[in-house]
Amino acid sequence: MGESLIANSLWRNIYCVLAGDSSVCADNGYSAGFLPADMAWLAFILTAAAIIGLWVNGILGGVIVLIWGERRLFGRFQSRTGPNRWGPWGTLTSVADAVKTMFKEDVVPKDADRILFNLAPIMIAAPALLVFSVIPFGIGTYVADLNVGVLFIMAITSLTTLAVLTAAWSSGNRIAILSALRSVALLISYEIPMALAVVGVIMLAGSMSLGDIIAAQGVPFILVQPLGFFVFFLAAMAEMARAPFDLTEAESELAAGYLNDYASMKFGLFFLAEFMAEISTSAIVTTLFLGGWRGFDPIPSHFWFGAKLIAVLFVIIWFRMTLPRLRVDQVLKFAWKGLFELTMINIVVTAILIAIWPQPTTGELWIMAAINWPVAIISIYLVSKLLGTPSYDKPQPDADAPVYPVASASIPASSVYSAESTTTSAPEGGN
Amino acid sequence: MAIKTQPVTVNLGPQHPSTHGVFRMRVMFDGEEIVDVEPIFGYLHRGSEKLAEERTYTQIVTLTDRMDYVSSMLNNHAYILTVEKLAGIEPSPRGVWLRMIASELQRIASHLVATGFLIQDLGALGTPLIYAMRERENILDLFEMICGARITNSYLRPGGVFMDAPEEFWPALDRGLDDIVRTIDDLETYLSGNEIIFSRTKGTAVLTPEQLINASITGPMLRASGVDWDLRHRAPYDYYDKVTFERILHTASDNYARYWVRVQEMRESVKIVKQCIEQIEPGPVRPSFDDVPRLIRPPAGDAYVGIEGSKGELGFYLVSDGGISPYRMHVRASSLINLTLLRDMLIGGQFGDLFVTFGSVDLNMGEVDR
Amino acid sequence: MIGLGLPRGFLITLKNFMRSPVTEQYPDRHVGLLGAAKEAGMNPFRFLVKKPTDSIKAIAGLATVPVAVKQAPRFRGNEFTFFEDRCTACASCAKYCPLGIIEIVSVPGKIDAQEGESYKLEVFDIDIGRCMFCGLCVEACPYDALHMGTSFERSKYVRDELIITKEELFDAPKRPSAWYRPQFEEKGFDPFKETINDHHDAGRHERPTDDDLKKKWVDER
Repeated sequence: MGESLIANSLWRNIYCVLAGDSSVCADNGYSAGFLPADMAWLAFILTAAAIIGLWVNGILGGVIVLIWGERRLFGRFQSRTGPNRWGPWGTLTSVADAVKTMFKEDVVPKDADRILFNLAPIMIAAPALLVFSVIPFGIGTYVADLNVGVLFIMAITSLTTLAVLTAAWSSGNRIAILSALRSVALLISYEIPMALAVVGVIMLAGSMSLGDIIAAQGVPFILVQPLGFFVFFLAAMAEMARAPFDLTEAESELAAGYLNDYASMKFGLFFLAEFMAEISTSAIVTTLFLGGWRGFDPIPSHFWFGAKLIAVLFVIIWFRMTLPRLRVDQVLKFAWKGLFELTMINIVVTAILIAIWPQPTTGELWIMAAINWPVAIISIYLVSKLLGTPSYDKPQPDADAPVYPVASASIPASSVYSAESTTTSAPEGGN
Repeated sequence: MAIKTQPVTVNLGPQHPSTHGVFRMRVMFDGEEIVDVEPIFGYLHRGSEKLAEERTYTQIVTLTDRMDYVSSMLNNHAYILTVEKLAGIEPSPRGVWLRMIASELQRIASHLVATGFLIQDLGALGTPLIYAMRERENILDLFEMICGARITNSYLRPGGVFMDAPEEFWPALDRGLDDIVRTIDDLETYLSGNEIIFSRTKGTAVLTPEQLINASITGPMLRASGVDWDLRHRAPYDYYDKVTFERILHTASDNYARYWVRVQEMRESVKIVKQCIEQIEPGPVRPSFDDVPRLIRPPAGDAYVGIEGSKGELGFYLVSDGGISPYRMHVRASSLINLTLLRDMLIGGQFGDLFVTFGSVDLNMGEVDR
Repeated sequence: MIGLGLPRGFLITLKNFMRSPVTEQYPDRHVGLLGAAKEAGMNPFRFLVKKPTDSIKAIAGLATVPVAVKQAPRFRGNEFTFFEDRCTACASCAKYCPLGIIEIVSVPGKIDAQEGESYKLEVFDIDIGRCMFCGLCVEACPYDALHMGTSFERSKYVRDELIITKEELFDAPKRPSAWYRPQFEEKGFDPFKETINDHHDAGRHERPTDDDLKKKWVDER
């Protein structure tokens, strides 16, 4: 087995319980496992299946809890209770939703391209699951620690664009394609700031592997790279197509959308993929900027990861509940004229700081943070001026503008209608 | 190489989450720019004007409730003023004060609906809408306390109102007014300074004052372009000359201005209600049945009275032939007249602004179609 | 597009997050152990001991407590309260109704219990499927026999059952709302807690004696 697999403690624990291979498991104290030594290949397969099963079920379970939690949080932000009828405190609501979705009729439009129509939900759900394979949920709890982990994440999340376009094209619906084109414009515009925002983090950590990035966060990178966090957070929210960038879900705009023709479980897969993207974005933000599973000692690392994940999810939901939607041209303008420049500034400043202090220690990280924050505030201020934000001002009517309607002698100012009603001769006959 | 584009016609049908009521628009747009708009309405026509010819003057009050269903008291008010002018009825003072309080509370409720749904169309996913509806619930609870029904009130009768407010109404009203002011402050902090709302609504769907006056548009749309025309100031009816409140004017006649005018008008309405509470005097709320019989037979003639409704000038024109029913009733529906400039506002704009503009006109289909 | 107005919006939303929800959870709401114990009127520890299954249900989040909707005393409900002893079958309510949904058939007959002794009510049908509950019929009734009710859950599965007949009105518990009946407000009558059992309590005036009637209609004219 490869070195990386042996280094993965989760893999090692399960494999050694099963196989008891002395060359690998000797230092763990396992001498014999359940299976005989010549069936080590079976142990390999079973361990792989166990880890994949654990991950997929865990993620889907997390999505179920997230759907319930998000709807309850929506309710609390809006001074109402969220769903609380099905099951204790409404926890079975997502199960009820899933059952309802499965029982709907699966309609395929007549003009649809059947193969692509059926393929699109899979194309969008699979990458959302794949992202979780590189994220460490605790010390040693990951599927694989690629040495190009960040690049892998960026590449996989770009597949969403293709899935959106496939979904719209295969529906054979003119309005769906219009809506999908706007969505694709949004998605590809925000990939560049998202990818470039992590360049600063990579420079500070010295490698693209997520495990190394966590190890390098003596000071959480949200403090050292405020601009990077700001840009990454907003770009990631736009990639998930959440408010304020959710023009694709705007039922109040085009009543159709690119998802209009998807019926029961296919729509369910799109919906599921959106929530998985939400958890994966929060997990990525936690890993890259908040320090992943790092925390203080007596409390286990999984708890720290979970707490940070929930905090980031709360902020994402808070943003969604508060901000109205931006129009499509404003969204693109924000990406290209706002976020792109902020990332360039961030990369230049971080490069200069790394050139001064390569391999920064914790103290040097604090100095970098102290330099980066004023730079961040000044550049965000300048960019907002560039984007042209009008300010709130009470209207000042022109002093010498004419007052409509012009008061004339025939219209006395106090009463427009004359006091006596005009009496006309009423028509004969009753009512 | 010249790119040839083809305009696309989309039917935003009568069933749509963002048209306020059943309203249909055929929009032709070229890319993102709107080229032509054809509004089609009439889906909610119930024949109110014809039905009014079969009902007595008191029964028509229940009919007028249902025209503009978010501002029932104002509809009642306009109709009752017309009946009083037609029949020469002198209203009793306490009834007049009570109906002024009811009308101003209803104006606040109607503007809360308008503002909430405008921001909802902007995409805020319901949060400001629910805050506005929460306040409106308080106002509707006050209405329930005073007349038994929340929305279709039928509270007014010719000569005043039909029943006095109960004891628990006045402290509840004081508490309600404080809550309303606090919610308006919250909404303003949240929304009036929000840069995303600025970018979406400033500078869009601008109308000049000449266009507005030529199209006989009144109400917040007119005042958002700087024209100082409010019927409560210009042609005071009831006791509006005994209360003082500011004229809310804005000069840029865009979507943001109309939203801003409505929010400030809510504050002014609160001031009016407070002054009415101070000035109200005890007494009968409707003339006795010796002066004004239950079944009114106004002398033959006609009358028109327009009041400042929540959406503009709301007027009733009644023709009487001496019987117990009017010969003809016609409603000058402010929403219908405000709708006539929709096409001019939308052409040349972007598709993303369609529903925002539509929401800022503040239509109510019950009034458009009657 | 970025500015200081946005964080102020966030603070308002957070402030509302801290407030408790305004939802009225009708018809029942879930309670935990403490709520279930309070509903049963017991100390939580006694509740745990005396009713173990109920307390396990409460802890699991499956216990519910019924909730009543706040209604004003003047609420115009979806039903009518009728005191047959006060009715004289004058049919003013039927004449006043804008929709014409009240049907009254009366025959001459002398019944002692009724206040007006000359007409016997045969048919008194109100079609609440068409009714808009405007209350003009209640306003018209000169004898305070017809009042608005206070309930709002009157749905039926068969449309014909929506026509309330005389027998239903006679048998129903009398909870009149105070709409256009100031005498109930003066007495402090709460229709949600009590009923009116004696038809003499429902009217505004005492019944005039024969001497008063003679004085008004014969002597002074």
